[in-house]
Parts: sequence; C-alpha cells; structure tokens
Amino acid sequence: MKKIFAYIIVITVITVVSFNSCSKKIQEANADYPAINPTRNDANAGTWKPLLLASAGEFPCAAPIATSSPDYVLQLSEIKSFQNNITGGEQELVKYWGAGAVLRWNEIMRELVAKHNVPPYQNPDGTYPLPSANNPLAYPLFPFANPPYAARAYAYLSAAQYDACIACYYYKSLYNRAAPFTVDGTIQTLLPKSTLPSYPSEDAVVLGASEEILKLMFPGDQDFIDQKADEHKKARLIAGMNVRSDIDAGESLGRAIAAKFITRARGDRAGAAAGTQTQWTQFETDAMAKGEVPWYSQESPRRPPMLPLFSKVKTWLFDSLTMVTSIRPGPPPSTTSAQFKNETEEIYQIQKNLTREQKAIATFWSDGVGTYTPPGHWNYIAASEFVKLNFSEARWARNLALLNMSLMDAAVACWDTKFYYFNPRPMQMDTRIKTDIGLPNFPAYISGHSTFSGAASTVLGYIVPDKAQQFTDMANEASLSRMYGAIHFRSDCVVGLTTGNKVGSYAVSRGHTDGAE
Amino acid sequence: MKKIFTAVKMFGLLLCLIIFKPSAIAQTDIDGILMQKNFFCVGPTVSKSSWKNYWEGTYKRDNANLGTVSATTAAIMGNYGINDKLNVLFGLPYISTRANAGNLKGQKGLQDLSFWVKWVAKEKMIGKGNLKAILLGGYSNPVTNYYIDLMPTAIGLHSKTGSLRVMADYEMGDWFATISGTYMLRSNVTLDRNTYYTTEMHYTNEVKMPDASDVNFRIGYRSSTWIVEGIVDKFSTLGGFDITKNNMPFVSNNMDATKLALHVKYDTDFVNGLSFVADANTTIAGRNVGQSTSFGGGVFYIFDLSKKKKKEDTKDKH
Repeated sequence: MKKIFAYIIVITVITVVSFNSCSKKIQEANADYPAINPTRNDANAGTWKPLLLASAGEFPCAAPIATSSPDYVLQLSEIKSFQNNITGGEQELVKYWGAGAVLRWNEIMRELVAKHNVPPYQNPDGTYPLPSANNPLAYPLFPFANPPYAARAYAYLSAAQYDACIACYYYKSLYNRAAPFTVDGTIQTLLPKSTLPSYPSEDAVVLGASEEILKLMFPGDQDFIDQKADEHKKARLIAGMNVRSDIDAGESLGRAIAAKFITRARGDRAGAAAGTQTQWTQFETDAMAKGEVPWYSQESPRRPPMLPLFSKVKTWLFDSLTMVTSIRPGPPPSTTSAQFKNETEEIYQIQKNLTREQKAIATFWSDGVGTYTPPGHWNYIAASEFVKLNFSEARWARNLALLNMSLMDAAVACWDTKFYYFNPRPMQMDTRIKTDIGLPNFPAYISGHSTFSGAASTVLGYIVPDKAQQFTDMANEASLSRMYGAIHFRSDCVVGLTTGNKVGSYAVSRGHTDGAE
Repeated sequence: MKKIFTAVKMFGLLLCLIIFKPSAIAQTDIDGILMQKNFFCVGPTVSKSSWKNYWEGTYKRDNANLGTVSATTAAIMGNYGINDKLNVLFGLPYISTRANAGNLKGQKGLQDLSFWVKWVAKEKMIGKGNLKAILLGGYSNPVTNYYIDLMPTAIGLHSKTGSLRVMADYEMGDWFATISGTYMLRSNVTLDRNTYYTTEMHYTNEVKMPDASDVNFRIGYRSSTWIVEGIVDKFSTLGGFDITKNNMPFVSNNMDATKLALHVKYDTDFVNGLSFVADANTTIAGRNVGQSTSFGGGVFYIFDLSKKKKKEDTKDKH
C-alpha cells in the first residue's frame, strides 16, 4: 500500500516537472523574422528627397579600392576565415541581423526606451531630481525616456537612418562595386544575395547613423550600443554580404550624416522642455484666469508636469505657426460645464463596471512606466507588418521615418494642446475614480495615446493600404483604452484621434513627394 | 509592491509565504499532523495582511502613492484522511486588495485552487520521541482570469505550481518540532500585453517564472486540546530580477521573504470535532516584496465519514 502511494507521488511529481520544463520555453515574436530579401531593391533610393542633407552626396565617401587589388583579396580571405570557423553563436548573429538593419536598430532603441522609462524617485525634501545628460550614470539615470522623449528619440533615429540610406544608395550607384560573393564564387552566402552594389554597405550606414543617435539619446549605454554595432558588422562579414571596406565606408558615412541630425537635436529646444517652477505656476494661473480648474499632479509628493515645454520643440512636418493655427484643437468642455460633469460621471461609471476584457484592453495599450511607450508600440506594430512586405533597407528607413516624424510631431502638438488648456484628469475632479493602469503626470486634454495612434494609423494606412482599416481599428481601441483606464475623458480621446490624424496627414503628404512612391 | 498577500493559509500558518505561493493550504500542508482515516476536516478562514514598506531590490522604502496596501482573504480549506498515513488537502481563497492612498484600484476575486497529498513515509521511535518522515506533493491552479499586470494590487501571480515537500516531525510528549523544505515549480504566466521589459526586452505575452523554494521550521506545544507553535519561514524565488529604483514590480521579480509567525489551535471541549485557529505573522526580511504583517483566524469542523459510524471522540485524531 505504501509503495503504491509512493509511486503515485513520484509519478505526479515527474509529470509536473516535465510539463513545466517543456512549457517554459517561450517563442518570441521577433525571433524568427525572415531575412531581408526585397521585392524591389530600390536602387534609385539615392534620388529620394532627403530630410536634412542638402544633397545625397553632401558628405563624401571615397571611391573604393578595386576588387582586383591585393587588399581586396585580403578582405575576401577575412570572410572565408570567419566562415571556416563559424560558431553556433555566430550563426545566430547572422540570422538576427539578417532580418534587417533598420528593423534591428529600431528594436534596440525600443529596448533602451523601455529600460529608461522610469520616473525619478523623489528627494528627501519632496522635490524631484532631474536626470543629467552630462552625468547619465548618476541617479537619476539619464534619460527618463517618457513618451515625448521617446517619440523624439525614435524620430531622430529613423530620420538619420533615412538620410543615411539615401547617401548610401547614391554612392552605391556611383561606384557600382560588386558584392564579395559576385567577385569570388567561393564565398558562401548565409543570407539572400542582394542585387545592389555592396559599397558602401547599407547595413553599415544604418548602424553608423544608429550608433550616434542612440549614444546621444542614451549616453549611459555606450557599451551596449558598441557591442551591438560590433556584432552587426561581424554578422555582415560572416554572412558573406560585405567585405571590410564596404562596412568601414558605410559606418563612417552613417556617422557623419548622424552628426548633422545631432546638431539639429541640440538646437531643437528639447533640452529646455522640463521648464521651471515659474513656468509651471504660470500654466496654473493662466487656466484659473480663464475660469477653469487647473490640472494638479495627483502624485505624492506632487511631481512637476512631464516636459511641459516639449510643446516648443522643433517639429519635422510643419512649422510652429501651422501647429498653433491648423492643428491645435479648440478647448475642452469647461470644467464648470454640464458636459464636463457628464463626461466625469461617464468615466466613473465605466471604471465601476469595467469588464475583464476592457481591463485587458486598457492594459494592452497602457505602455506606461517600464515600457517602450505608445510610439514604441506603434513602431512594433509597423515592424510586425513591414517584415511581411519584403522592403529594402532604404524603404524600411523611409517608412519608419515618416511614421516616427509623425509620432514626434504628434507629441509636440499634443503637448502644446495639453499645456495650452492645462485641463485636469478625471480623478482630480472625482476622487471615487481609480485606475487599473497608472495615471500619467500631465494634463488630460488631449489624450497622448489618441494623438499618437491617430497619427500612426494614418501613416501606416498610407504605407500599407490593405491594412488601413485594421490600423484605424487599433487606433480607436488604443484611444478608448484610456477611458477604460479611467484616466481620460471622452473629449480627450475623440479630439486626440482627429488631431493625430491631422498630424499624420502631413507625413502622408511628404510621402507623396519624397520620390519613393 | 509585491503581492504579499495572497493565499493566506490559515490554518497552520499563515506564515508561509503566502505571497506568491498560492499553493498553500494551511492546516496541514506544512505541519506534521494528519487526519485519521475517513475523517474530513473543513472550514472557513479569514485573514488580513498589509504592508506599508516594501523592498525595491534590497532598498526598503514606502510609497505615498500607495499608502498601505492590504489584502483581505476569505478561504475554505479541507483535509480528508484516506487513511491514517495518507491525507488529501485542498484550499481556495477569495482575495480583495486595496491601496489606501493614490489612485490605483484594488483588485478582487477567487485566486488559486490548491491540492496537497500528504503521506507519512516512515515513522520511528527515537529516544523518547516519535520521528515522522512526511512527503507532500502539491498542485495549484488559478480558477479565475485575475489581473497580474499591475503587481502592487494583484491578488496573485496566476502561475500554476507543482510542489514537492519533504518534512520531518519529531514529537516528544506534548512538545514537537517540524522542519520542511519545499521546491515549487511555477509555470509561465500570460500578461494582457504582448511585450514587456525585465532586464531586456521581450516580444511575447508569456513570462517565464522562476521556480521557488521554501524552508519552514516550527516548534511548540501540541496536545489533544491545544497547539501553540512559533514558526520561522523563508521563501525564495530561484532566479528573477530586482525592481530597479522607482520602477514597477513585475510577476517574475526575485521575491524573497523571511517571516516569523505564531499559530494557535484550540479543539473545543463543548462540541466534538469543532476547533478554532488563530494566526499572526510578520516579515522580518525581504526582497522585492512588501513587509507584510498578517492576522487571521478560522473555524473547523471534523466530520466522520466512515460507514460504520462509531461515535468516537474525533479529538485526538487530528
């Protein structure tokens, strides 16, 4: 009898153990992206309209050495030597980077945003310290990659990658140097063969631009960024896609172009976006002067609003006058109006009767502390579609640049509206209202998620017309999710979406004229 | 902000690490005593645990945006004697959480149904006392789709667990000591979002949970009427990561907690088979958990399910 029970216990344990160990393996969605293999190679991308470059050839790229030269032969030997000694880990690197340079560097930025999206802890006296770019590893770590910061970071990354691709493709056509596997038939190719000239390498130009922008935005993570860049370069050599001189020329070109974007970034007024106590108080008094209840931080101790002067940051797609006259929406319902009262009651009722499914929707789109933010979420949505469409590196860069310029401009327009009206959140007006997802520390009108989503769905619907309705549905759900989370009024969400749509349409207009259609 | 509350097991000891370990039933999955054959002990328990301070990694702090986070638990627990050496136990808690400051909504719902099989593998007189070697196997499974994306107020971790516990119980007269060690396998859990960051980015809604261990030592007085025991319990996840400064807690954090507890059980004289239990515990050290203190109590009744209903005193069964 005893033995029988012993067996039962042992068998149970073994079953549970084996069940458990098998089911613990997780297949991540981005692990098996296919190798980039463009349907159209976009060989004419050197003629597309750049963002900041005066011309595709503004930054020099020296003529390559001949493929018959001894030095080139040595570079071929380097590839062969790598290929003869390839390890499992190196094969993984080739597979990882083979999915695309623009894609993977965009993912790396998403990861750094998520890592740094943590608000600073208060000082003992109840004030809050400001992260410093000059001392990024001291607490509070620099940056606090909140949604506006992240939107700007993604935009500079994508914009620099885009101009870098234009220059790269321009020099590819100019010099027309064959790829190593064309020059030497004994070179193995571990990835699909590109039909483009290989000098300078498009991967290297993207990585050169990306390294510089990432180090600007995340100066405390240089080692991580360097490591990724080294792996990327190695993967290209091992894969037989490029020789060392393709890589070196591309990386230098990418870095030089990034420097122009960094100069723009240093002068785009983002550095002053945190504002001062005087400015914070001014928002309050302005709202009160209009007879409105001003926004107050619901955090304890009270935290200054998140980057209130982000509204002044230099946009990509329109100028500040256009923003104020054509994009900034009219005022929200007055805090003393019946409509405002009704909208507050609506949110109270929603959160009181929230279903599990609605809570899941609120969470799915929440993208709060410790995540890649709503702009990161839309980058992920975009990338998940783009991997199916076999874009060239240049087209990846162009499409993500349109998306991310619209997301950054959406952030600026949204922040402009938020701080122009300085409207309170639902729980400030009705303390019965609680949230399942966390309350952002800035005014309510208009919803940032709605503005981002309105812009992104407009741009993505333009790029992938077959999926336009799905993107619109996603944007509507993302917008609604903020009401399920009880942190926005209906007006914030509805007007946020239409404002975002407007911003997105500027990116679409640019898409029509950039030469890439 | 850890979930500190959960499955408060009452009977025996709340002590246990309640927290992340939904598998705990109380009365007996952690003590050295068994129900007699064909007797079924069952009853409700209630408890309240709360914390104001918590450990963010190793840094202990409070949070004015949470205030005090409390969990109130009502559970039903039972223990059936298949025979004198083999028992089956179960437990199912309903938990309601609340933060008394800030604007986070509390959560509530049925948590995890747990089962244990408890078997006295060996029994031997050593010196003047009796030594028992006991093996236990446990399994728990969430019974509702409760919310785990916001840890401070979540009612559990939503992980299925399988546990193996090895226990030694030594009894001499009315005094005893029990020590046990538990290994808990914890299944992956699923979030409502499709990406998350731990110490790196993940593109999936599935989270790999570190397994966990528990060491429990209890010593005290045990007669047919009273049990009074003091308990030390240390729960540790085997892996997981720290909450970084001012960041959000996460289901797969490294969670450790060392608790001191007191458990009292009284078998009544006036109704045969009726007993009361009371428990208290407090956290003396931890990592990525709340520094919780908990109080609870329960009422149990023993039914005699044997066919030949002899009216015998159920008390010393226990």
